[in-house]
Amino acid sequence: MSLPEELRNVRPVGPRTLGGAASTWFERHAQTLFGSLGRLARQPLATALTIAVIGIALALPVALYLVVANARAVTAGLGDTVQLSVYLRLPTTTEQARKVARAIKARDEVGEAILVSPDEGLAEFRALSGIGEALKALAENPLPWVVKLRPAEGQDSALAVETLAAELRKLPEVELVEADTAWVRRLHAILDALRQIVVLAASVLAIGVLAIVGNTIRLEINGRRAEIEVTKLVGGSNAFVRRPFLYSGFWQGLAGGLLAVALVLIGLVILEAPVARVAAAYGATFALSGLAAREYFAVIGGGAALGLLGAWLAAAYHLRRIEPRA
Amino acid sequence: MIRFDRVFKRYPNGREALSELSFELATGEMTFLTGHSGAGKSTVLRLIALLERPTRGQVIVNGRNTGSMRSGAIPAFRRQVGVVFQDHRLLDDRPVYDNVALPLAIAGVPRREMDRRVRAALDQVGLLGKERAFPLELSAGEQQRVGIARAVITKPPVLIADEPTGNLDPDLALEVMNLFQRFNAVGVTVMVATHDIHLLDRFPVRRIRIEQGRIANPPYVAA
Repeated sequence: MSLPEELRNVRPVGPRTLGGAASTWFERHAQTLFGSLGRLARQPLATALTIAVIGIALALPVALYLVVANARAVTAGLGDTVQLSVYLRLPTTTEQARKVARAIKARDEVGEAILVSPDEGLAEFRALSGIGEALKALAENPLPWVVKLRPAEGQDSALAVETLAAELRKLPEVELVEADTAWVRRLHAILDALRQIVVLAASVLAIGVLAIVGNTIRLEINGRRAEIEVTKLVGGSNAFVRRPFLYSGFWQGLAGGLLAVALVLIGLVILEAPVARVAAAYGATFALSGLAAREYFAVIGGGAALGLLGAWLAAAYHLRRIEPRA
Repeated sequence: MIRFDRVFKRYPNGREALSELSFELATGEMTFLTGHSGAGKSTVLRLIALLERPTRGQVIVNGRNTGSMRSGAIPAFRRQVGVVFQDHRLLDDRPVYDNVALPLAIAGVPRREMDRRVRAALDQVGLLGKERAFPLELSAGEQQRVGIARAVITKPPVLIADEPTGNLDPDLALEVMNLFQRFNAVGVTVMVATHDIHLLDRFPVRRIRIEQGRIANPPYVAA
């Protein structure tokens, strides 16, 4: 009995044309891609838990980022510079008010100062407050004269502004001095700090995702030790052995990214109505803004990339230590 | 095809498996490697399959010096050497088809050619129709033959086997040896490690006998 043609020719195997090599390459990758998907599906609970942890780890910094971005958007119109409002006592005549304003403007610590009459103040209030109709019911204008001023250049430190306000309060015509944008500056400083925290949290959680994926892949590698040994035994390269694990990490990261986006979108939907009510209570219209479409894709892609990287690190480390014994 | 030149092998645990071992196998030659357990037969095969490197001396297989080969080249080298193990080393959670096709999958053979060659290999070892069976559903002899099908499916120029008949009854052992001889007949260099006296008597091929890590009989003495 002789051997059939299929087993007779002693020659290396493998595709012989470039096109054949390419199609084989795709076929092989597609097989591994879906093979790893099937393996994940056969352990639904473990896979779901891993994906959930990745999804939450990715959703947290995104949510924090959105909080900061929205808070920033709400307060963007309020300006960054310090402004003092000096309310004069009632009643004050136009003459007296102009005199006080000139005196204030003449001070060294004061940069620019403008005088706002009660009528101007009322008009502005109507425009901004959203209760213009109710104001029409008032018989007379209850607003005082106001001097709005900005500190001179170099005089806008918290201490200097506080000193200036104290000085102005001593004037007999002055009822009240408000440094009314100090809180905005503080808020913006807090938001800037939060933005740093977002970056920091995102980095830490990214490392967490790497660790989660790495650990999952480590377990998977241990579970398939025999298979890896045999594959190396019959000539499987490290790249060949590594491939299914890379895809496994890729799938889990991708699913985690999708879950993170879903969590963020669900959160936005849930918060939409309450935020609108709060905005309405302040007479403003404000809608929560989410991420831009490409940013959502970046989250998903980032999840997939982290999954791939975590799997690659784990596979590179653990597979090298599995050498065939015979 | 295979040349051992004053090969000395000491394992990390200090055990000296081979000392000053030299022999040469021509292309297309078939050889029995004999000797007691622990004489160094397995070490010789492990050196040929590059599962180990020699401590001193040279092992040349298919024109390649295994001692100086960088690790990146080892997978490609192993595909040129078909190995049959005494304990089969099959993947029990994969059907016969996947086990036999594994070397082809590694080499990137297209699906259609893979089908054709897996069937041809299984036909050779008398297991056609068992593609969907799992290894543990098969008898020891059948499992061994699956292992052989996997070893020859890439048409390697070198085929080595470590006690391939150790777990088989005499008839099956004979069958397996006939199989090796058929591959040898088409130009494959075959080395079979065995201590099966009955088989040795029935196949008049060259024998290399190892004792305590050395050649015990002068080379090129036929039985």
